[in-house]
Order: sequence, then structure tokens, then C-alpha cells
Amino acid sequence: MKKEKWLFNISPKNNTFNLNLKEVWQYRDLLFLFVKRDVITLYKQTILGPLWYLIQPLSTSVIFTLVFNNVAGIKTGGIPPFLFNLAGITTWNYFKECLVATSDTFKKNEQIFGKVYFPRIIMPMSIIISNLLKFAIQLFILICFYLYYVFFTNSGIRPSEFLFLFPVLIVFMGMLGLGLGMLISSMVTKYRDLTFLVSFGIQLLMYISLVVIPLSLFQKKGVEWLVMYNPMGYIIETARFLLLNEGNISQFGIAYTVIFSVLCLLFGTVIFNKTEKTFIDTI
Amino acid sequence: MMKQQDVILKVENVSKQYRLGVVGTGTISHDLNRFLAKVTGKEDPYLKIGESNDRSTKGTSEYVWALKDIDFEVKRGEILGIIGKNGAGKSTLLKILSKVTGPTTGCIKYNGRIASLLEVGTGFHPEMTGRENIFLNGAILGMTKKEISHKLDEIIEFSGCERYVDTPVKRYSSGMKVRLAFAVAAFLEPDILVVDEVLAVGDAEFQKKAIGKMQNISSQAGRTVLFVSHDMVAVRNLCSRCIILEKGVVIFKGEVEVGINEYISQTERNIQNFNFKERKKINNLPFFADFILFNKEGNISGSFKISESIFLRSTLQSKFKAEVTLRISIFDLNEFRILAFDSNNTQEKFFLKKGTNIITCELLDGLEIKPDKYYINISIRNGVDLLDHIVRVASFNIVESDYYDSGKLIEGDIPLVLKKNNWKLN
Repeated sequence: MKKEKWLFNISPKNNTFNLNLKEVWQYRDLLFLFVKRDVITLYKQTILGPLWYLIQPLSTSVIFTLVFNNVAGIKTGGIPPFLFNLAGITTWNYFKECLVATSDTFKKNEQIFGKVYFPRIIMPMSIIISNLLKFAIQLFILICFYLYYVFFTNSGIRPSEFLFLFPVLIVFMGMLGLGLGMLISSMVTKYRDLTFLVSFGIQLLMYISLVVIPLSLFQKKGVEWLVMYNPMGYIIETARFLLLNEGNISQFGIAYTVIFSVLCLLFGTVIFNKTEKTFIDTI
Repeated sequence: MMKQQDVILKVENVSKQYRLGVVGTGTISHDLNRFLAKVTGKEDPYLKIGESNDRSTKGTSEYVWALKDIDFEVKRGEILGIIGKNGAGKSTLLKILSKVTGPTTGCIKYNGRIASLLEVGTGFHPEMTGRENIFLNGAILGMTKKEISHKLDEIIEFSGCERYVDTPVKRYSSGMKVRLAFAVAAFLEPDILVVDEVLAVGDAEFQKKAIGKMQNISSQAGRTVLFVSHDMVAVRNLCSRCIILEKGVVIFKGEVEVGINEYISQTERNIQNFNFKERKKINNLPFFADFILFNKEGNISGSFKISESIFLRSTLQSKFKAEVTLRISIFDLNEFRILAFDSNNTQEKFFLKKGTNIITCELLDGLEIKPDKYYINISIRNGVDLLDHIVRVASFNIVESDYYDSGKLIEGDIPLVLKKNNWKLN
């Protein structure tokens, strides 16, 4: 019998490591249209529009500065506490937004996923990209304050000579958020418990991610283990080092973060691809 | 060899298993068992079990097969009809074909692009304009930006929404949304188009347009269409071949005429008649012991022409003399109550004697309603007290016939109620 030639094949199991990147490439226009959709529809029917993205980190920084630095008396080295907190929160927010939004992928898009096929990974990818826009807005306000402190006060702040590495940090943060988010969203299809875990877990995680409390304080109190294995802690600390030349960088931390992010993204993608075939039956 | 190449889609032994009940603590233990079996190289323990998907009986297994060993081929340029009752597995099959969900076992091989028209309008964003939504929806369906720009004018023209194309879709009427969505899908030009019940939405004009477009796609462009419906008229008009699904199994594949006849006769045989034998009455009130439908010839039947006489015979058992009224209600598949015959309204009370009583409701002119499937609920009352009632005691079909004695079937969209009339020109 002659061997039949077929271009496509639908079978029960995905090959675990077949990530179908070719197909994702074919749908690249969809990726950009989803990003465009998110951007266009972001501020529809709001009065303050993009200002909301400034209000949130600014007010959080003010409150954190009052509570943690003025009341609780946490020392931030030579850095003005407000700038210290703003830098931490801005960086942290990008990770948080990515994780929270992607961890909801399957549940939120159940309607459209149940009707038509496209590579599901397009959806979380578009979230990561459109969140970059929000991040850019928040980064802009951080830069404004930063320049103010550099030129109009004698706080002596100057960026590290490695500042150009900052975008690399954002990439790893995106990878981490995407990977974890996809992992959680795959599991949420079956076990809804995780939704609750994400919403309060992310708040708890912030406190051990060095957003408001510097690593030096953890070390001084001997509770370093709390932050030792948290890659986000290293990312925030490194971000502050690059921007404010404050804090210490460990080679172990950076290597650990890079490996963790890459593994997380790989693992998340594999699980996500496995889930996309059958999630509609279990959600 | 030539023949081999003609086949564009091949479905091989496709099965789909579903787990019933809710996801709870049991799920995690099953998942663990499955994982253990996989690690130790054994077969999935839950694939061996599972029952056919008969919803009327409560099964013993938690797992059911929504589809079992589906096997068929489709040739290039063919319109294949897939018919079956609700719950036969049509939608599951379509979901697998359109890659929304994967099969449990088996595989599907095909050449070219499959696109599904499962439900038009999914993916529209209300805040975006018609034009932006055309791009977004087109991309969701698998078109590139370039392809869409190329066909944009045609799509807008076909939808008939030129004037609103720069207005947010949330301001559109529902009809406009459907038209716009169908226009996008119609210009998709896939090699295999999967269509499910789109014809159920939209007005008659839109349905005609949709059917015309589908015929066009297959005859002129040589594309393949898989058409799923329980509208026999549409299937007959469009398709050359069909397959019939029942409880997840293919019970027929072949010519469309033969298939439809087979489907209708099979429906007649399979009326889900209420099982009176298993009935237990706990109290001493009068109750229904049997209920049958028969025709003028006195034969039990489940299928009647539009104006054919129908006799509904209830058998009532009573342990004492009683005075009751009887009500027979007729519902369509959408649970819409179409008709009711209530002896209370006609001031007829039946005096039951001790033992077996038979009451027949005669409809000499038939029901004169649209050809379709209908269900019957029956009840007996004493004043306002409900003595006994049975939901879905029987079902029957009204079939197409030469109602007006005009020598042909009724053309076009048949309304729910039919009535003979006289025309007079003064």
C-alpha cells in the first residue's frame, strides 16, 4: 500500500516538546491585533484615562514611605525612601500585572477558546506585550522623579554604569511572569483553588520580594532565607542597583534568577501546550 | 491512486471520553492513578471503562463515550452533512475537527486549512469599530493582516454595514453583528469549512445568503464543507452525502436521500416512550398505567402527517371510584408549550370506575403544526388537586406532507401553526 501524505494531523497527545513555534509565527498578526485591542480599549469610558497608571504607583509609594520608612523607620541607605519605593513598586508592578493577567488566560477566554482554534499561547504573549505599555508609562513617571532627585537635590544619586542592562532585567521579569502565569492558568482549568492563591499570594510575595524592605535589613535580622530563593527579590534588588547604585548584587542571585526564569518559561509553555487541547472539557 | 488524492480529510477511529459529575477530590486521585499508570508504562486505567452516551438511563460508570470509533472520509469539494439528534455527538465531533478540544483516542488527518463557523461573532470587542473588529476577527479565524486588507472592501460590502464601519460594535444591532461576522468568515476561504447551526441565527434573508454562500464555496471554489444540522431540509438541499450519528457512533454513511430516510424511520422507532412497568405508585390515588398514540388505522405510531388524525389513549388505574379531569400538553423541543387539551376547560369530568379505565383524546384533523418533534406531558386532577402526572410520557414527529393537496410539499419556511383557508377575490 502506498504511504499516504497528509499535511496535518490531529491526535490525542501533543508531542511534549513540540511547541509549534511555526504556527505561532503564522499567527503573528493576531498577536499584534490583540495588543492593539488591549491598548485601544484600555481607557475607553474613563475620565482620567492613562493617568490611572500614574496614580496607582505614586499613591502606593507615598503610603509605603509613610508607613515603612517614617513610622517603622526602615533605612534605605543613602537613597530617598520615596524614590527607593517607587523604583521597587514600578518594577514589581510589571511582574504582578503579567502574572495576574496571564494566570487567568483559560478561564477568561473560555468563550472564544471554546469556539475557534488559534495557538492559545498568543493570548498570554499579547498580555505580556501590552503590559509593557503600562510599564512604560510608570517608568516614565519614575524617570521624572529620578531626574528631579539627581539634578535638584543633593542626594548624590547616580545610576550604575550597568544601567544599559535594565531592559534585560525586564525581559527576565516578563519570562518569569509569563511562565508562572501559564503554569497557574493551566492548573486553574481543573482546580479553581489556585485563583484564590494567586490573589492573596501575590500580595504576600511582594513583602518578600524586597520591594519595600532592602536585602541588607533581611541579612541584618538573620532571616535571609526568606528571600534567598525568590527570583523576584533578586530582580528588584538588581533593578535598584542599576537605577540607584544601591544595594548589593550576588552572582549566585543573578545566575539563579536566569536559570529559574528560563526553566519556568519552558515548563510553563510545555504544560500550557498540554492543557490547551483538553481544557475546554474540564474548565 | 488518483482516488487517494481526492480524500482531503480522513477521520480514523476517533473517540472522546468525558467524565461525568463534578470536579472534586475524586478528580485528583484519578489524575494520580493515571499519572502512575503512565509512569509505569501501563495503559490508562480509565480508558477501558465508560459507557455509551445514553442520557436517559443513569449509568454505573463515571465516564461516558461522547464519541466512539468514528471513522469516515471526505473528498475535496464535497458537502458532507452530519446529522443526529441532540446529544448524538455532533458538536463534540465538530469541536475536535476545529481543534477546540482533542480526541481521547484516534486521529484526524487532513490537507489544507480547516476553519469553523461554530458561532459567528465570537471575538468581537464591543468598544472597537467595525473595521477594527473585521481585522481582529479575521486574524482570530486565521487570516493574516495582508489577506484581510486585501478583502476588506468586499467584506464590508457583503455585510451591508458600510455606514457603520467606523462606529464601535457595541452600537450595532444584533442583526448587524451577525452579518458582519458572517461576512468575515465567508471570505476566509479555508480548504475545509465546518459549519454548525449558523443557520439557526439570523432572519430568513440571512439564512438564504448563508446557504448560497456555502454552495458557492463548494461548487465554484472546490472547497469542502462539513455541515452539521438537524434541519433535514437544509441538509437535503446542500449535501450530497451524509453521516448519521447516534449516541456517539456512526450508524450510517452514504447518499443523503437514503440517509435522511434512515434517520426519520430510526427516529420513529426510537421514541423514548415512558416505561410504565418501572412505575411505582406509593399512594392510593388513580394513576396512569399506559399512554399510547395511534393513527386512524388503529396502529401505534410515533409519526403523523400534518393533518393526519391522531388518537391519544390514556389508561388509568384506580382503586376506587373517582372523578377526574385529564390534561394533555404538547411541547416542542425548546420546551415551548404549544398546545394543551384540558378536559376541565370543556367541563368534562370522567368518572373512573374501580380498575382499568381508558380515555381517548381524538384529534380528527390532526395537529396542523410545523413538521418537527414534539413531546407530551400528561396529568390527571381532581379539581385543583394533582393526582398524577408524567413529564415527557411520549414523543412524536409531525412529518412533511402535501398539506394543501397541491401536489407538492410546502415550500419555504413553514410557520408553527398551519390552517387551511379560502381565498376570495371580490
